[in-house]
Amino acid sequence: MGNTSSMLTQYDIEEVQQHCKHAFTQQEIASLYQRFCQLDRNNCGFIPSDEFLSIPEFAVNPLSQSLLRMLDGFNFKEFIAFLSAFSPRSTLQHKIEFIFKVYDTDCNGKVSFDDMLTVLRDLTGQYMSEHQRKEVLAQVLEEAGYTKDSFLVLSDFMKILGNSDLKMEAEVPVD
Amino acid sequence: MNSSGVLKSSSSELDLDRPNIEDYLPSGAAIQQEPRGKLRLHDLLDISPTLSEAAGAIVDDSFTRCFKSNPPEPWNWNIYLFPLWCFGVLLRYLIVFPTRVLVLTIGWIIFLSSFIPVHFLLKGHDRLRRSIERSLVEMICSFFVASWTGVVRYHGPRPSRRPKQVFVANHTSMIDFIVLEQMTAFAVIMQKHPGWVGLLQSTILESVGCIWFNRSEAKDREIVARKLREHVQGADNNPLLIFPEGTCVNNHYTVMFKKGAFELGCTVCPVAIKYNKIFVDAFWNSRKQSFTKHLLQLMTSWAVVCDVWYLEPQSLKPGETPIEFAERVRDIISTRAGLKKVPWDGYLKYSRPSPKHRERK
Repeated sequence: MGNTSSMLTQYDIEEVQQHCKHAFTQQEIASLYQRFCQLDRNNCGFIPSDEFLSIPEFAVNPLSQSLLRMLDGFNFKEFIAFLSAFSPRSTLQHKIEFIFKVYDTDCNGKVSFDDMLTVLRDLTGQYMSEHQRKEVLAQVLEEAGYTKDSFLVLSDFMKILGNSDLKMEAEVPVD
Repeated sequence: MNSSGVLKSSSSELDLDRPNIEDYLPSGAAIQQEPRGKLRLHDLLDISPTLSEAAGAIVDDSFTRCFKSNPPEPWNWNIYLFPLWCFGVLLRYLIVFPTRVLVLTIGWIIFLSSFIPVHFLLKGHDRLRRSIERSLVEMICSFFVASWTGVVRYHGPRPSRRPKQVFVANHTSMIDFIVLEQMTAFAVIMQKHPGWVGLLQSTILESVGCIWFNRSEAKDREIVARKLREHVQGADNNPLLIFPEGTCVNNHYTVMFKKGAFELGCTVCPVAIKYNKIFVDAFWNSRKQSFTKHLLQLMTSWAVVCDVWYLEPQSLKPGETPIEFAERVRDIISTRAGLKKVPWDGYLKYSRPSPKHRERK
């Protein structure tokens, strides 16, 4: 799928569908492609982080910085793979993997105390002091059986979040 | 918005020995089944609501929708309609367009030959000069509208000249101003444009008492506010027309109104404008095309059809803030013109939301 093509062929759609493990229907992929082209203003085949920030609803989201880190320089296939975690057809495991990636800022497969603190800081802003955040996090970790210095890996996340009904979906408008 | 909103109440004390679940819980979390009194690691790590919002914004957001120019469905796709469409194109470009250019040129010649003498010769007789200039401006606007074969239906009482009143309208394109000006010579407040438009602005529009502003200058706001106030006080000035959205929107939505127009202590007369898309999409996507191109596009289309409603004058109700007043008027205009309301500031088209918006979330 070249950078310059502005029309998706059936072949392209199927290829992308395979790539995201059928998380989206073909219509949704076509719709998302339109959206991708809309965001990719300079037609360079990928979306620079700036473009995401020009969406006000995204820019005011507390986790936008963490997500931007993950989204940088995405081409369409990666864009779809990123959004596939939000499809109603994706598995719980896939969603938990996504959440894990958001926390794992240095992409080393382990989530440290600091990683969790960063996300908590993004979410709470000035409503909690740094000290309070550290205390709450340490307290909650201990109650769950971890310590301040332990690293959580994906399987820990699966255990912690696994038995809940995680609702993480975004609806793709199909016209 | 979920987590921070609830955490706000606990900012003073944080009793860690007995964590209070109301203080920490994101609203609507799947915690109802769990025993109360314990904040679990699970709740802290579950950022899915916030992530869903972010993904929703990436996939489709209400702000970008306001500025999307939707191309009409192509109807010329089969063997019978296509030649008809080709014929239509030829007709439009080769016959209709030159006629319109001719009409416009004639209009300009008449206008300039009357305006320039009047402007200079009648320098001493201000009132007479002003009323003649007003009629001339109305005339050239009618010529403009005729050059796009504009069919405008006006509903409601025509604006009258009274002190302490301001007109506000929704904004789709620069031609909004021309359409309204055709009926009554308004004094408008607009962004200073470069090029031939700017030239027109400084010479002719100056005579009807227009006010300029520059979006990029920060101090500009106070100067403009002062000028606005002075203008509405003068009984002899043309009625003032303001487009509180601050930018062109695609005639399906309205963005938030700026409160400047509503703080002047005058009655506000709302005007709603709705273009009929079957004939042409009048939305001027200022990021995509220059005004000249936009005009040319209009002149090579069949017609510009729109409805203008002059609505009932509103005043600030006791106990209402200007922002609430602005919202109320926006409501009235949106209902009348069948537009959807969107809670975003139009200026976000030009700049990013400031960090304090994020903090509030």
